[in-house]
Amino acid sequence: MILILVSVCAPLGNACLAKGMTSLPELSLAHPFSLFAAVFTPWVALGIALLIGFFASYLTALSWADLSYVMLATAWGNVVVELLSHFCLHEQVSFQRWLGVALITLGVAFVAPGPSRTVQPALNDSAPLETLVEKGAPR
Amino acid sequence: MNFTSLPVLSASFWAITAMIAAVVLSSTAGEVLTAAAMKSIGDLDEIRAHSGLKGAIVAVLTCPLFFAGVFFMAVAFFALLFTLNHMNLGLAGPATASLTVVTNAIAAKFFLKENVDRRRWTAAVLICIGVYFLAH
Repeated sequence: MILILVSVCAPLGNACLAKGMTSLPELSLAHPFSLFAAVFTPWVALGIALLIGFFASYLTALSWADLSYVMLATAWGNVVVELLSHFCLHEQVSFQRWLGVALITLGVAFVAPGPSRTVQPALNDSAPLETLVEKGAPR
Repeated sequence: MNFTSLPVLSASFWAITAMIAAVVLSSTAGEVLTAAAMKSIGDLDEIRAHSGLKGAIVAVLTCPLFFAGVFFMAVAFFALLFTLNHMNLGLAGPATASLTVVTNAIAAKFFLKENVDRRRWTAAVLICIGVYFLAH
């Protein structure tokens, strides 16, 4: 469930940010505070709300799994967004994009069955490393 | 011969490279520092079971590494906003997303000492190419 939240909130949040930022006039480094004003526009605000949800679930996942596991196992969120845009928004998906969906699915299938943690957590020093190396079915 | 006419030497090429590098490097630094913080705190589900949600929040907010990670993630966030405002999403999206997969795997191996084995490298390469195709 945590990994599903991480997967879905991040790409949806980024899509909202992209929609919000491309609709704004071009920003300049000469006026850096205009970036802060952009935060209060509706699409950017929705994107930030989704990214806060992503961050909370991401922190939880990182507390019991490796960064290299969480990052790879949650990559199929991109696939979910692609499938939603095709089947719900009836957007045309090119062969190149279907190829991307297939490669990401294959990559996630490679990493997901493996151990979620390969390093010993600092607060559990009493536990032997061998017991932690294979610890953790995906939650 | 006018060398500046070559795409690699044009000012816009370096500006694009600098923007993408800023997003990728700050994002990687933020994720590695945050992962190190969460590893040092321990399993949040267990902490929540023993001390409640408040205890879990206090555990996170009293870890200095966490704030270092959040700082770099904030830098990455504003760098991404700036990049999206100057570049086509079709270029910025796939470049930053796919490069971050690889830089995170490298940083996890060398800084967090994670066992990034052949299975994870294969997955990282497949996902990197897949994200590029998907977002391009």
